[in-house]
Amino acid sequence: MGKIFDNRAWFLVLPMALLVAFNALIPLMTVVNYSVQDVFDATHRIFVGADWYREILRSDRLQSALLRQFVFSGLVLLIEIPLGVAIALVMPRKSGWATSLTLVLMALPLLIPWNVIGTIWVIFLRPDIGLLGHFIDHTLGIRFDYPTVPLEAWVSVMLMEVWHWTPLVALLAYAGLRAIPDAYYQAARIDGASAWAVFRYIQLPKMRGVLTIAILLRFVFSFLIYTEPFVLTGGGPGDSTTFLSIYLVKIAVGEFDVGRAGAFSIIYFLIVLAFSYVFYQVLQRVGTGEKA
Amino acid sequence: MKSQAAAAVAGQWAGEQADAATATAAQSLTAKLPARTLALVVYLVLLLLPIYWMLNMSLRDNNDIMTRLALYPEQPTFHNYVKILTDPAWYMGYVNSFAYVSLNTVISLAVALPAAYAFSRYRFLGDKHLFFWLLTNLMAPSAVYLLPVFQFYSALGLIDTYLAVALAHTLFNVPLAVWILEGFMSGVPREIDETAFVDGYSLPRFFIVVFLPLIRAGVGVTAFFCFMFSWVELLFARTLTITAAKPIAAVMTRTVSASGLDWGLLSAAGILTIVPGALVIYFVRNYIAKGFALGRV
Repeated sequence: MGKIFDNRAWFLVLPMALLVAFNALIPLMTVVNYSVQDVFDATHRIFVGADWYREILRSDRLQSALLRQFVFSGLVLLIEIPLGVAIALVMPRKSGWATSLTLVLMALPLLIPWNVIGTIWVIFLRPDIGLLGHFIDHTLGIRFDYPTVPLEAWVSVMLMEVWHWTPLVALLAYAGLRAIPDAYYQAARIDGASAWAVFRYIQLPKMRGVLTIAILLRFVFSFLIYTEPFVLTGGGPGDSTTFLSIYLVKIAVGEFDVGRAGAFSIIYFLIVLAFSYVFYQVLQRVGTGEKA
Repeated sequence: MKSQAAAAVAGQWAGEQADAATATAAQSLTAKLPARTLALVVYLVLLLLPIYWMLNMSLRDNNDIMTRLALYPEQPTFHNYVKILTDPAWYMGYVNSFAYVSLNTVISLAVALPAAYAFSRYRFLGDKHLFFWLLTNLMAPSAVYLLPVFQFYSALGLIDTYLAVALAHTLFNVPLAVWILEGFMSGVPREIDETAFVDGYSLPRFFIVVFLPLIRAGVGVTAFFCFMFSWVELLFARTLTITAAKPIAAVMTRTVSASGLDWGLLSAAGILTIVPGALVIYFVRNYIAKGFALGRV
């Protein structure tokens, strides 16, 4: 596409670049600064080099938090992507009041403040006052106490996460489905294609672009998750639902251990950066390849 | 493969007989409409159930909630809502949230519009690197920035102001806005720009008079997303405020008192945080799907 080469375009991006630099670069340099020093108070600090990095990388708590985080994000993708696609397939394809209503209802969870999401599920899951908690505990007769049983805490956090974000996947997949011209379906009908064939050879290839965005957005958002599980379980019982962000805030704000938190931050940031790079590359390819 | 080749042929055929076959084909392919509708309705009910339960709680008083489980409020009371809407310590939380969310949306759009135009129309030194750097900020963990941003803003005397939260939220909203707007802008043919410049429009005048009306759906969607992400975020909003600019989501912790948690009051406050989202979503309902696809469908 014939974009003009013109360095004066920098004037157009300059306000944006300055604002983001103000917000991102200065704090990030502070973190780097902390990560190589041992700070005692405002005037006493010594340079410790890579000591914090060595210590944090060997820490069992970090390693288990990292493992937990990858398992969580993996499960999120395995459940939400197929479920979201399935929901998009049953959504009405023509515009009308039913479609509008479905879209508004489905987008609703995405617009609720994240701590309120946690609160909703606390209320919903409590065995004494919550509908689901009461149902499991009293009607099904299975003792349910998610704040003290690690497995139940995990199931609860997963359930909340799937409830919260599957609509995003469904909306993205739906946007992809809507972009398929009617002629494709007509052709499939002439061929006598089965519903599976239509899905496999028409709908799925046409959703490739939006599904790539969905998978990567879901991965990143679930990797950064903090508020919802913090409200629901507080990272417990024990450390069983302490994901990376929860652990980091515990060290940085709770224990005010800025050196260790700084080194942790840099490692965390580098992991996300690596994935962002893959994200960017994949997206570039999808952006050019899909137009054919 | 076979059906794809057939699709191309049939595409031409369908073009000629457009009115005869349109729309009916897609429908008859999925003749099991009742089953699909049923599945969708079941999903929507499950989706709304937790929200309904909170609404149910919000219409009952705490004694009633703690003594028995009721599927619907048998003696609905608006007492919780009245309390929130008449007590300044409560309702100022909403005012604060609206103030920084609006300020953030305005700042984000103001810097993102020219930047997105530059990315969609020009190549320039370091453009790809700049765009990538921008995206990394969208994916940066807020927790990483929390402490340094707090210290930095303290040094600038910004703590507990609307501006502090609005500025902090631009960290992820500006990259997001640039990204969505770039998608929408790239859908507008370049010829429009060139024709306007030949006609003697200056860039700023062209941008405001001609270009902005063309992408107003994109601007609306972007504003919606800035609103949404600023509204749902709490980590920065809570850390950077003390009292004067405290968001409603943080005020909600007030429901814990000596006598325990007031579930009814907490639920009413929660329901009231959902209302603004539900209202703005109605205005962009036809663009939601495209917006979530970042303007790239």
